[in-house]
Amino acid sequence: MSASSPQDPQLLRRLLRAKDRMDVASHEEWPVERLARVSRVSQAHFARSFKDAFGVPPHRYLLTRRIERAKALLRDTDLSITDIAFQTGWTSLGTFGRIFRDITGSSPGQLRTLEKAAAHALDRVPACFLIAAHRPNLTSAVSEKRRRESRGKNKTTK
Amino acid sequence: MSQGVGVVGLYVRDQDEALRFYVDKLGFRVHTDSKNGDYRWLTVQHPEQPSFQLGLYTPGPPVLDAATAQTLREIVAKGAMPPLVLTVDDCREAYKRMHKAGVEFTQEPVTRYGSTDASFRDPSGNGWKMIEARKVPS
Repeated sequence: MSASSPQDPQLLRRLLRAKDRMDVASHEEWPVERLARVSRVSQAHFARSFKDAFGVPPHRYLLTRRIERAKALLRDTDLSITDIAFQTGWTSLGTFGRIFRDITGSSPGQLRTLEKAAAHALDRVPACFLIAAHRPNLTSAVSEKRRRESRGKNKTTK
Repeated sequence: MSQGVGVVGLYVRDQDEALRFYVDKLGFRVHTDSKNGDYRWLTVQHPEQPSFQLGLYTPGPPVLDAATAQTLREIVAKGAMPPLVLTVDDCREAYKRMHKAGVEFTQEPVTRYGSTDASFRDPSGNGWKMIEARKVPS
């Protein structure tokens, strides 16, 4: 089924429930079986319908939410990067740093310095919506992005 | 006040279901419920806000063609309609009452940024943020 073919609104409403659950607890583990249970569909059906509905596979969606939260914590708190990594659902600081860099283009430390220096003009937007404006736009898989960048680097060194 | 926004509408998948939700669970009142064949103009009102009506409409004929209506039903069910904000005096108290009534909360009350907020959805998928009004020092 392509993204443009009609989807059953009742199914979409249940898929939304899985998305909502990831939104509110992105630090938790969300294997497909757990998400499929929330949406009351089979695992195979879940992964495909979720992507059709929301444009990204469920795991990639979860990563964007985790990085969004990590960015907010880097910007708005003085928590250590290790604390932020664990609070946002990573079990390894190395994986957090790597995926963070893959998605945002900078390391957590660099991003904190940049964000804290930039005074933003968005302070009239309700804070709970503002955080969404900083959600990373992850249009390809993290691994794919990484591969492309390393290909790019190889080219320039030749 | 005689000028201003009078009605803003939401698309819902079923007007009877939406009516039960907004009236029985949220405590709104029916303002207008008027049928003409398949068409039903339904608006509700917050009891403390008599100058504003919230419309509850189903996308479909005679206003919209079937394909457009299907698209809109999908968009609502995906939670892609714009966010709505309900202002309350006491967010935790309202949460308790609404949660007991069976409202689907997507976020429990959290105190942050100097206020308390929670999130819920109506049965169709429209997302509401419930924000506690900041106390104005008198």
